[in-house]
Amino acid sequence: MLEPSFLLGQVLSGLTAAMFLFVVASGLSLVFGVLRVLNFAHGSFYMVGAYLAWQTTQWVGAATGSFWLAVLVAACGVALLGGLIERLLLRHLYGKEDLYQLLLTYALVLILGDGARMLWGTQQLAVSRPPELAGSFHWFGATVPHYNLFIIVLGPLIAAGCWALLHRTGAGRMIRAAALDREMLAALGADVGRLYTLMFMAGSFLAGLGGALVTPVRSIVPGMDVEIIVEAFIVVVIGGLGSFWGTFVGALIFGQVLAFGILVLPGFSIFAVFALMALVLVVRPAGLFARPLS
Amino acid sequence: MSAFARVPWAVIVWLVLVTVPWWGSRFTTFLATEIVILALFALSLNLLLGTTGLVSFGHAAYFGIGAYVCAILMKSHSVPFPIAFATAGLGSGAVAALFGFFCVRSTRIYFAMLTLAFAQIVWAVCFKWNAVTGGEQGLSNVPYPELGWMDVLPLLEGLRVADRYFLVVLVLAGACAIALRRIAASPFGRVLTAIRENPERAEFVGLDVRRYQLAAFTLAGSFAGFAGALFGLFNRGVFPDFAYWSKSAEVLIMAILGGIGAFWGPAVGAAALVLLNHQITSLTRYWPMVLGIVLIVLLFVFPGGIAGALGSLRSRWRRAP
Repeated sequence: MLEPSFLLGQVLSGLTAAMFLFVVASGLSLVFGVLRVLNFAHGSFYMVGAYLAWQTTQWVGAATGSFWLAVLVAACGVALLGGLIERLLLRHLYGKEDLYQLLLTYALVLILGDGARMLWGTQQLAVSRPPELAGSFHWFGATVPHYNLFIIVLGPLIAAGCWALLHRTGAGRMIRAAALDREMLAALGADVGRLYTLMFMAGSFLAGLGGALVTPVRSIVPGMDVEIIVEAFIVVVIGGLGSFWGTFVGALIFGQVLAFGILVLPGFSIFAVFALMALVLVVRPAGLFARPLS
Repeated sequence: MSAFARVPWAVIVWLVLVTVPWWGSRFTTFLATEIVILALFALSLNLLLGTTGLVSFGHAAYFGIGAYVCAILMKSHSVPFPIAFATAGLGSGAVAALFGFFCVRSTRIYFAMLTLAFAQIVWAVCFKWNAVTGGEQGLSNVPYPELGWMDVLPLLEGLRVADRYFLVVLVLAGACAIALRRIAASPFGRVLTAIRENPERAEFVGLDVRRYQLAAFTLAGSFAGFAGALFGLFNRGVFPDFAYWSKSAEVLIMAILGGIGAFWGPAVGAAALVLLNHQITSLTRYWPMVLGIVLIVLLFVFPGGIAGALGSLRSRWRRAP
């Protein structure tokens, strides 16, 4: 029989993984919801965020608050990168078939992945946990690092923040209007082009944030870009692409299935997640929470 | 049809290639083998891309499965090449049918995500299943097919084994290419084109769109498996990289570079990319970067690829007084 402490540990580790994934996947889903662009390079933005965070800690050294500075630099740096890419490249492909936008972001995966290898090499890099959160709790026999708990709390806060932004502010109303009918909004005098740039930057910000926050827990390696984008795809396929709460629930399910799949298929628990995704696709092809996409 | 287009270029190229073992160096044969195999791989993708209008971001999965199945059968179980080769095609076709069932269920965007996701799981299996696939190290020292029977044939008795294998590749890839061409031109292929042009309308006239898409996906996967089987033996080893997403990117860029609108376009793209690769890798290690830049240039400057660019050049040339 499984020990309760072990079960609690698995649940919490699943929750932590879920919240990391949610931060990244929500950016993917938001960008898709408004711009109707599936950003393959979203995982690459996450990777760039991780490398930027590492680079910042190298520069700043072990000063107090250096980790938080690194997180901020990484998220803002990636948002800036996203803004540049949207302005210089993606913008010119909006009128065309969705295939062009897909291929552009796909090309960016190749370029950013290789660019990171050029700048930072192929060895594993790591960032240590911020000293404020270096300890851990002991609950019912399970050990929970403070940092993991921080992530578990941060995820819902980000979700609530995004929700409030979308549903309680003027900018959010514009964003939702742009998602529904871009031309109508432009006809009413809104600067949709700027809105798209800002949205893409917001999505990139979340990717960079996720990448920076994950550095104390996972090592930074080439290939992390594709790993996370596949996981984010699975999350949005389960939850429903473009649906914010769908992404949240999709991430929660992903985390738990991964954490408990280990018990059934050690080393291959990702298969359990794929099996779940296949099941969702059969029962609800557009995801658990989505209105069917046109 | 212009006089240029009426020349049977594919046949001429094939006949020239057949003579390579007698005049080419070891390196020429090596390059030609790689080009022919990857041309078949790119042509198999184009059954989805150009004919059916489905953009797969994970085509390397089926290439990888073909390579592993053939190599494992020949190395670990000493199965003769013809049986291993056929099994490789069937095996990747079967996996393509399974994954395709999920991939074609929803929109194009979902198709893009799912093809990539399923391909990653194939890669993960190749990477982790040490007992069968050799894990990260892959399988090396995969034997060449038994080609001793060529000794009795006139002209062939003096050839090196790599040259002999090249001829086998040329015959098998040629047969596969003819099959793909016939599929694209058949009534079935016409239905696929109708689905590409307008899926709603195709559905409306009573076609089971998903079933046709699944059939195309399965066939494309199966031919990719044949290409993979040939490549694994050519490479004398199979590695998880064969199924990695960057391989999928490579074949997609080959097809787009060559032009997905013409049947042989992807084969031309494969040749161009292989030659470019051999030029570039002597200058820089950053091949994926080059691939990404090629793709962006293609998107912004030549959306039709080489074949499209040639076509528009030709029509402009003809229109000139």
